[in-house]
Amino acid sequence: MLGLALIFVTKLFILQVYDPSYKFSAESNTRRKVTQYPSRGLVYDRNGKLLVSNQAVYDVMVVPRDIVAFDSIDFCESLNLSKEELRERFVQMRQDIRSRKISTYKPSVFFKQLSAEQYGSFQEKLYKFKGFFVQGRTLRKYEYPSSSHVLGYVGEISEKELKNQTYYTQGDYVGISGIEQTYEEELRGQKGEKYLLVDVHGREKGAFKSGRDDIAAIAGKNITLSLDIDLQQYGEQLMKNKVGSIVAIEPTTGEILTMVSAPNYDPSLLIGRDRSVNYPVLAADSLKPLFNRAIQSRYPPGSTFKTINALIGLQEGTLKPYTTHECFMGYHTRALSVGCHMHDSPLNLSQSIQHSCNAYYCFEFRDILDNPKYGSIQESFNAWKDYLVKFGFGYALGSDFKNENRGFVPNAGTFDRIYNRSWNSLTVISLSIGQGELLTTPLQMANMAAMLANRGHFLTPHIIKDIEETPIDDKYRELHETDIELQHFAPIINGMELAVWGGEGSTARIAQIPGISICGKTGTAQNPHGDDHSIFIAFAPKDDPQIAIAVYVENGGFGATWGAPIASLMVEKYLTDSIQPRRKWIEKRMLEGDLIHAKQKQQEH
Amino acid sequence: MPNRSNKSIDWITVGLYSLLVIFGWFNIYAANYNPEHPVFFDTNKEYFKQLVWIGFSLLFIGIILITDSKFYVEFAYIFYGFTLLLLIVVLLFGKEINGAKSWFEVGPIRFQPAELAKVATNLAVARALSRYGFSFDKFGDLLKAGAVVLFPMLLILLQNDTGSALVYSVFILVFYREGLTGYILTFGIVAAIVAVLTLIVPNSTIIGLIIFSVIGLLYVKGARSALLKATIGGSVILILSYAVYRFSDTSIGLEYVLLPAILVFSIYMLYTTLAKRINKFVPTYLLILWSAILLTLSADYLFEDILSDYQRNRIDVLLGLKEDPLGAGYNVNQSKIAIGSGGLIGKGYLQGTQTKFNFVPEQSTDFIYCTVGEEWGFIGSTAVVILFLSLFLRLIYLAEKQHSIFSRVYGYGVASIFFFHFAINIGMTIGLAPVIGIPLPFFSYGGSSLWGFSLLLFVFLKLDINRNELIR
Repeated sequence: MLGLALIFVTKLFILQVYDPSYKFSAESNTRRKVTQYPSRGLVYDRNGKLLVSNQAVYDVMVVPRDIVAFDSIDFCESLNLSKEELRERFVQMRQDIRSRKISTYKPSVFFKQLSAEQYGSFQEKLYKFKGFFVQGRTLRKYEYPSSSHVLGYVGEISEKELKNQTYYTQGDYVGISGIEQTYEEELRGQKGEKYLLVDVHGREKGAFKSGRDDIAAIAGKNITLSLDIDLQQYGEQLMKNKVGSIVAIEPTTGEILTMVSAPNYDPSLLIGRDRSVNYPVLAADSLKPLFNRAIQSRYPPGSTFKTINALIGLQEGTLKPYTTHECFMGYHTRALSVGCHMHDSPLNLSQSIQHSCNAYYCFEFRDILDNPKYGSIQESFNAWKDYLVKFGFGYALGSDFKNENRGFVPNAGTFDRIYNRSWNSLTVISLSIGQGELLTTPLQMANMAAMLANRGHFLTPHIIKDIEETPIDDKYRELHETDIELQHFAPIINGMELAVWGGEGSTARIAQIPGISICGKTGTAQNPHGDDHSIFIAFAPKDDPQIAIAVYVENGGFGATWGAPIASLMVEKYLTDSIQPRRKWIEKRMLEGDLIHAKQKQQEH
Repeated sequence: MPNRSNKSIDWITVGLYSLLVIFGWFNIYAANYNPEHPVFFDTNKEYFKQLVWIGFSLLFIGIILITDSKFYVEFAYIFYGFTLLLLIVVLLFGKEINGAKSWFEVGPIRFQPAELAKVATNLAVARALSRYGFSFDKFGDLLKAGAVVLFPMLLILLQNDTGSALVYSVFILVFYREGLTGYILTFGIVAAIVAVLTLIVPNSTIIGLIIFSVIGLLYVKGARSALLKATIGGSVILILSYAVYRFSDTSIGLEYVLLPAILVFSIYMLYTTLAKRINKFVPTYLLILWSAILLTLSADYLFEDILSDYQRNRIDVLLGLKEDPLGAGYNVNQSKIAIGSGGLIGKGYLQGTQTKFNFVPEQSTDFIYCTVGEEWGFIGSTAVVILFLSLFLRLIYLAEKQHSIFSRVYGYGVASIFFFHFAINIGMTIGLAPVIGIPLPFFSYGGSSLWGFSLLLFVFLKLDINRNELIR
């Protein structure tokens, strides 16, 4: 008897004094941590216009164990459900319980996102439905049906992402693409914790320790983008019924003013419950509206690239501003011909840009590669490639978009492999006019235009302008030099001015904006899959550049057909806030131009 | 001698009883206390009802104290017969609560005759054992005494109230005090240990252990030359049968491989003993050996086929064979959490969280000790253990002082029944005993049990007042 009493006392000592594990169990038994979700930061454009805000929604939550029989018709009416839908939800719930996805003791979502009216009527009747309750949450609200690729979207965190971090828990919302993803940490704020005392059935019995351990949620930071929403929307209208991209940058700061990827979609389509319906539709669209062409598409730069080859030639000394080359309908050798169009001959450097002469650049490019300064074609080619890298080609620029494509710049090794080391400047001649192996993204092209506008340097393109209480990344203030001397830019930029303003024979006369000294360069990228892509890069005004722009219109034909007019309209809109009456016809033609359905119609005939 | 027969009531026991009942009521209040609605006068609350039951108990105690001691002796069998009748009636017309058909329900009052039966059986046992010339050495007397206990036990088993039925097994302690041979008690304990072992370790290991202990015992006792030969012979057989087992495709258990060897061993030992008429202790040991083997081989069957699922689960969880914190282990786990969370000095009266919000099931009845553990901590729980221990020691002390066998037997019965409840109830709340739903005397909520225990105790105290009279 004494022995048993001793055993009891010993065991009690172990349980109550010696072993602390039971105390923790007791705490977790009675304490329920309720996460307090902060409101996500707002997003403004460069002029302070609100782009993204939050809206309150309500989820119906359920604790399966606590459900008692209820009036299902009443339930359905207040939630606007059909009886079948309710039954379906219950079948689903039971499956989830069986597969241990949800617990019968813990709340899980039963019905997502009630409207305000549904919430009202359901909340009133809630007392009749034991085991159910309503939980508030915020969803994104988009003020403009625009900028979807820039803004990205917010959604439930994936299981893969959950594994590598500690902040989020299952069901948390997280930025999935665009700036929502890039600035997730700033926008999300800091989750708070509230501790509730609960009984064995999980019913709330008040605050735990009177709320002393609670941590208030910290709201997300508001951010301001460098985006100009008016220009962005105008760009989207111009690109309607076309496939392609517009990127506009403020050259002095590297701030992205516009980033259009066409076709685009209304970001509101991907909010909350609607996303499950709309996402598959968008994902299945053959025109890939979810794809951000501005940073992910790779195109040949076409003739716009002649500016770069000219700059390299000038810096290398193989080209002088007064160098002239003859051209008669192209560049002809015994091995191959590169065609050209009809224009005056011979031409000097500025004129070659004005007329976009292919032959001139064949000569010029071969001069670079066959420069006796270098011992071999490999050496000279890699020197040429190094210039390109400095211009921002071949690598991701480091903008605040996470899935930026790096484009492609070949090196000597690329051709060594293809041609078994026996190749020369003629083999790669198409690079002289921006064709061939070279691939760039529209963002890189806009950056190139900004570099030309800046006469030799650029700042990493970025769309963040300001974060509440936080400085933006230093890398966006850093100047990137291209090591091309300043004096080499004059003939190039003069050529770009002539391309617009030079009169008869100039390639981009349609881009003329009376009163604005716009400089531009057309490009027509050969496309093995169909019609050529129409390209235009430009900046304006010439002596005090405010905007640099690159426009790609897939299968648009000549650069002057779509690219140049769209770019000039964008520039005019940005600098003067309106379109001059005498250019209205261009605007009308661009707005109404339909490359998508026209093609379909053609195919139908 | 003047006034010898009118010794006053034993105030120490009365004091212990009062302490337990009062402390018990405070814990029932705590277990039902709702911090959001701290109402006291709510006739639906258990703590209010318990006050009523305590009041009735005092009434019963009064009646007991004014009744002549001889009444209990004379009416012991009649009372016993009456409660047996009640047990049968409850089987037919009783109300089923928690799976046990053991309750009468009359209006708002529920009554469990099994509680009354403890008093009646104890009286009947005392009457039977105090009969002139009674001796456990007589087989007939042993049988009668056993029958007195087994009848109510069986009826309660039939009600599916295993816990209450098991209480009656504690009378073996009383019998032991009154001269029952120690073999039976020892045999019972050994059997229990073997039975538990069979569930944990393989049968072959147990049989191996048994045979080794028997060989060891025989070696100590003598008979060494015969033992050596028998062991060698057994080993040879063992190697042979193991070889057969190894190289044939049988699916029989390893334990059966041992049997031929043990059989040969036993036959040889028996033969030498009988032939040479020496070492007469050998057959006894062989009997023990074979009983243990039979028990081992049948325990699995008993466990699998006789016990119901929930009982098996509870035993498995207790032995650590199964982890089931949400199923069978839930009660015990939550109970340990509640007690463990009390710490050294407890959370303070009415400050418990585990026992407030229904985490511990049956928290005011079978698991009332959790409230003590949580709110009063190690100090409070130890105090309760010490209080009970004092009560038992006092009861045994008083029982030994009795002049009449009837009173002594009855006193031991009271102490044993309390002890069994105490051991199992507190044992289960701290995870040392299987979960058997029996109340903690004076603590657990419930009229029947409180009345039963009060009757049990105060009948003895009344007998004690007249201890110097030879009642029988």
